Amino acid sequence: MEILTEVAISAFLVISGVFGLVGSFGLVKLKDTMQRLHAPTKATTLGVGGVLIASMLYFLLVKDKLSFHELLITLFLFLTAPITANFIAKAYMSANIREADVPTTQGEKGWAIYDDPPEPAEQD
Amino acid sequence: MLIKRLFPHPILSVVLTLVWLGLVNKVTLGNVILGGFLGIVVPFITAPYWPNRPLLRNPVAIVGYFLIVLWDIVVANVQVAMLIVFKRADSLQSKWITIPLDLTSAEAITVLAGTITMTPGTVSATLSADGSAILVHCLHTDDPDAVRDEIKNRYERRLKEIFA
Repeated sequence: MEILTEVAISAFLVISGVFGLVGSFGLVKLKDTMQRLHAPTKATTLGVGGVLIASMLYFLLVKDKLSFHELLITLFLFLTAPITANFIAKAYMSANIREADVPTTQGEKGWAIYDDPPEPAEQD
Repeated sequence: MLIKRLFPHPILSVVLTLVWLGLVNKVTLGNVILGGFLGIVVPFITAPYWPNRPLLRNPVAIVGYFLIVLWDIVVANVQVAMLIVFKRADSLQSKWITIPLDLTSAEAITVLAGTITMTPGTVSATLSADGSAILVHCLHTDDPDAVRDEIKNRYERRLKEIFA
């Protein structure tokens, strides 16, 4: 039984290591900033996720206690990672990408980076 | 109603209590009471800051949505890892995709944008100024319309059921 536990924990660690490596490799290989933005979103999901699962298994099966910290790390990562990516994307777009380079909104207003929001309705 | 005044935001109360128990990492009576106390006091104090909070129509659907997103993250992670390792960088066809939104509440759009970013291969870049469309950057696709339809059918349709 013990050997099975160790194999499972090691497997998750190796999986997360591989995805972390591929994510970092993507940063080097991809051409422009928008493409490179895709690489770290990989490392934070499966890369970190694998380590967290391995950690939970370790505490559950080896140390015989349930640990919730890994679930909280997942929760906080899911809350913060998209916001970081969005901020980088917006900063890059406003500095380097012209409005003509991206497709239209198919609506009345342009994209928020290039266009002002509509006037708020009159409050009574 | 007393219950309504004590718990202006019942789901937040439960989440706060669970997060507190997770942070101390030990379930004892004292921790449950302290977590429950935080779960009552924090929503009570912060209630004025969300006057137009959308109601959750179907809280059970959140679990299903979370599991689907989790599965998609795993599948798409492998796909993007393959792209990065095996495809030549100059043969990647990155595309901007406009996705018109049916969702209107800020909270629902935030969840959708976060989901798009967390599922690898797509990053949400910006909203239109009136919030009626979202601009997505796709790492590699031959068929932008298929990506748009999948996001609309898979995620947005479910979010419309969750948020009233």
